[in-house]
Amino acid sequence: MEGASTSTGYQAPVLKAKDYKSDINPIWCPGCGDFGVLAAMTKAAAYLGLAKEQLAMVSGIGCSSRLPAYINSYGFHGIHGRSLAIAAGLKAARPDLTVVVAGGDGDGFSIGGNHFIHACRRNMDLTYIVMDNEVYGMTKGQASPTTQPDWRNSKLTPRGTGVRRFQPAALALAAGASFIARGFTGDPSGLTQLIVQAIQHPGFSFLHVLSPCQTYQPEQKEWKHLVHEHAAEVTADPIEAARLIQADDGMSLGVIYAQSLPTWLPPHLSQASLPEIEAEFHL
Amino acid sequence: MALKQIEGSHGVAEAVALCRPEVICAYPISPQTHIVEGLGEMVKAGDLNAEFINVESEFAAMSVAIGASAAGARTYTATASQGLLFMVEAVYNAAGLGLPIVMTVANRAIGAPINIWNDHSDSMSQRDCGWLQLFAETNQEALDLHIQAFKIAEELSLPVMVCMDGFILTHAYERLDVPDQERVDNFLPPFEPRQVLDPAAPLSIGAMVGPEAYTEVRYLAHLKQRRALDLIPRVAAEFKAMFGRESGGLIRPYRLEGARTAVVALGSVLGTIKDTVDELRDAGHPIGVLGITSFRPFPLEAARYALRDVERVIVVEKCFAIGVGGVVAIDVRLALDGTGQPVRTLVAGLGGRAITRDSLSRAFLRGMADQLEAMTFLDLDQALVERVLERERLVRRSGPAAEAILREVGAIAAKIV
Repeated sequence: MEGASTSTGYQAPVLKAKDYKSDINPIWCPGCGDFGVLAAMTKAAAYLGLAKEQLAMVSGIGCSSRLPAYINSYGFHGIHGRSLAIAAGLKAARPDLTVVVAGGDGDGFSIGGNHFIHACRRNMDLTYIVMDNEVYGMTKGQASPTTQPDWRNSKLTPRGTGVRRFQPAALALAAGASFIARGFTGDPSGLTQLIVQAIQHPGFSFLHVLSPCQTYQPEQKEWKHLVHEHAAEVTADPIEAARLIQADDGMSLGVIYAQSLPTWLPPHLSQASLPEIEAEFHL
Repeated sequence: MALKQIEGSHGVAEAVALCRPEVICAYPISPQTHIVEGLGEMVKAGDLNAEFINVESEFAAMSVAIGASAAGARTYTATASQGLLFMVEAVYNAAGLGLPIVMTVANRAIGAPINIWNDHSDSMSQRDCGWLQLFAETNQEALDLHIQAFKIAEELSLPVMVCMDGFILTHAYERLDVPDQERVDNFLPPFEPRQVLDPAAPLSIGAMVGPEAYTEVRYLAHLKQRRALDLIPRVAAEFKAMFGRESGGLIRPYRLEGARTAVVALGSVLGTIKDTVDELRDAGHPIGVLGITSFRPFPLEAARYALRDVERVIVVEKCFAIGVGGVVAIDVRLALDGTGQPVRTLVAGLGGRAITRDSLSRAFLRGMADQLEAMTFLDLDQALVERVLERERLVRRSGPAAEAILREVGAIAAKIV
């Protein structure tokens, strides 16, 4: 693959997946699914030929939100639940960057749930990867919005949550996301392809990744036997997508919904050409 | 008295359970999580009959607490650091509505940069929000203060924060006296709320108040806090009569007799300070200590009286007001208004930096010789700061300060936490 060139004529070097890995060793538990996302993300970046300075990784707080530190690109380890809002600001200021937002089910669906809805609705060209392990790992094993209602292993939910689980794909669809897919960290090549498609999709792409927690949800080791390919072709019809998502067991892997919708940028920026933006940042 | 060897967090959980809370709501955040997990375990075991709600954020935790307390339920929550900051709008609301919620703050630094260790920046940011703030020196006092806090809160119809140093207290195991239920029941009667859902007089809470009455509503909150200055010592005296030990109150003087220099501080660092002062006293230096238990309301008169004979005051603070100076020192200066006694601020222990006797001793000796600046940062690496400033002078795009400083000290940000 050729290196990417910019209007300044600068020829970026061709990078391999390992070039996108930072020199920091992840402090995730052995066997954590998030290692799979790190590997797939670097492979996807290499496949897309993204220059390191074209990629910005934004996260919140939590185990999975440590991802930007492990990737050799721009990174922002933000505020718990605020990754999408911070990323929206970044994208508004630098629409030329590929902005990938990463985090977990607690960060994204619980404390940051409101931003999730509005990021879907706004449809900025962001890629949102949620590593869902159905638990708060960093604070040592509390129930999240995707935890099974009868899971009693947390002291903070002494009788189980007793609450229906959050349905990320259904919510993303209802809120107006234009790309919805599900991946699994035990399927590295499939996950890489999904990240590539999510980044290529113009608009807000939501990639829900099943990422097992070996420490607090050890039964998720069984996920590798439960996942299956999404049976239907990708649809652009929200009614069909809603039917598929509702009929699904939450373990199907693939792109469920992709729709071409207008992306949003602050009006003056959306009209600016890349050279104009470059000129704005020229010192 | 049967002592239990338990973690500070579990001691607090047991104390809160003895107060028979009806609603507990929380969101996990270090170093507070063990407290509410302890309460959750008791609910699960059937030892505590309370509604336990695991909420989606700290903002939700305080909002749920407001709803529960407004309905007349004895309500408890706990948080720390970023969690406290996230709930701030609701924190002010609870105070403005006069709801006697009790909340533990497991004191922790706030970001950026991200730091999970202890200092007082979190609760100090809420000094003006209308909550009472009681600081525990030991785990026993943290346990005892919670029992007193419900009584004080419900008597005044004001919310109370019990502040305890994160990790230093919350995660330390020591022998604690956990009182028996009967005596706690005698000390703390069932909650008789000032605000109830009265079917005879349905009322919508949350009035819009304009210029015609807003000042009076706020003044009333101030008046009630000042009244707490009488109530807090009274409750501490009742506590002593019932449980046989000194806990709580407004202030705690230590070896102030004959002292010409007084060290003022709050929280667990008082232990190290007392040890340091003991050494200095034994070496013939006239120095004493004034511990502040009630930071809000601030005991202006009691502090002024306790400090009446000293020539100078050194305030040791685990926080500061950026661009100004000490936070606690401002209040101490107000307490000493007109006396001419100089007040020096010694900022120490930020983001969990150890406060050692050696460093304190050196600083106190300088303070006694009137050689301390108005504000001093204990164990500050001035050379490191100079290197970063020099770099900023040379390079316009010097990048984020925290990452630059870490690079200078040879650490990598993501490896710290």
